[in-house]
Amino acid sequence: MSTIRTLGSIVINSVERLGRASMFLYEVITGSWELLRRFYLVVQQVYAVGVLTLLIILVSGLFVGMVLGLQGYNTLVKFGSANSLGLLVALSLVRELGPVVTALLFAGRAGSALTAEIGLMKATEQLAGMEMMAVNPVTRVIAPRFLGGVIAMPLLAALFSAIGVLGGHLVGVGLLGVDAGAFWSQMQNGVEYRDDILNGVIKSVVFGVVVSWIAVFEGYDAVPTSEGVASATNRTVVYSSLAVLGLDFILTALTLGEV
Amino acid sequence: MVNRKSLELWVGLFVAAGILALGMLAFKVGNLSTADVTDGYQIRANFDNVGGLKVKAAVTMAGVRVGRVTGISFDNKKYQAVVTMDVDGKFKIIPNDSSASILTSGLLGDQYIGLEPGGAEDYLKDGDVIRTTQSALVLEKLVGQVIFNKANEPGPAQ
Repeated sequence: MSTIRTLGSIVINSVERLGRASMFLYEVITGSWELLRRFYLVVQQVYAVGVLTLLIILVSGLFVGMVLGLQGYNTLVKFGSANSLGLLVALSLVRELGPVVTALLFAGRAGSALTAEIGLMKATEQLAGMEMMAVNPVTRVIAPRFLGGVIAMPLLAALFSAIGVLGGHLVGVGLLGVDAGAFWSQMQNGVEYRDDILNGVIKSVVFGVVVSWIAVFEGYDAVPTSEGVASATNRTVVYSSLAVLGLDFILTALTLGEV
Repeated sequence: MVNRKSLELWVGLFVAAGILALGMLAFKVGNLSTADVTDGYQIRANFDNVGGLKVKAAVTMAGVRVGRVTGISFDNKKYQAVVTMDVDGKFKIIPNDSSASILTSGLLGDQYIGLEPGGAEDYLKDGDVIRTTQSALVLEKLVGQVIFNKANEPGPAQ
């Protein structure tokens, strides 16, 4: 009997939390309009979540591209089609690895920092203090961080894919001796602007919204103690990684279904 | 915290680099520069069998890409496949008795349409139909033919 009750309470709690998160998202988005007048707040957050994440994104992009080049070459050469290496590297990066790996790294590097920062603000009653001064903490603190994440993610994903293609070129053409002309021409023949590249951009925008949403909500909803902030940071990374991977499957299934 | 000037500089650099990367993906990796057939015209061709031809396959002349397949449908009366294709407006002087055949690039490659120019003085216009067509080679039929021919050959005397 008690196990069923536990199950019930888990379901009720998670639905309640989801509802709170959705209302919070609505509040953040409506609060974002006021930021047009104070856009510098958003610029600051683009710096915090975008520019400071740049290094890890570029380094991982380069290495993912180089590994794709090595692995792809060894497989393709068995079928005598090593010339398609550029196509393989570009498609895997633009369609999947670029948006997904960027979102995972973003959740680990920037999402956790956002949650910890907001959670700590709540624990030290800075958010309550703002409300006392009739400053809405959602528009002043949360919305700029959310918007910063949404703006930064597609740019980071594009940089990841671009540097990854260059990494693949470095290994494929420079190290393994694939013809440079074939590498680029096969890539351009096979990669569709609308189906592949635009799709990757849409994916990264969706991931940007979801990861930033989870990060700011977990921070705002954290239990205002040190343990509470710790577990909220933990949940941010776990939930946003799971959400990214699950959404990635759904988005891929939706976009590949019609072709 | 960095001061306002260098922060703005960094964010500006970041956004510019991101947009540059998007541009590189679109033009250098993707085919935005060559993709769209501008002011093209549409022609049709009926095939007995299109094999593995797909929408967006290339339409070539002498191996050069002149357009792309935009649709494949089925003609209920003739029991044939109708392939519509967009040809780039740059190639307006294709004789209207040209023939179309479905070819395969390489042994396992994609299938595409090859146009073979005819000798007529009139050129293909929007909505025209190519009369002479050659269907795709279907591997199973070829194998079947080979086996059939072998079976009809007189075998060595036992």
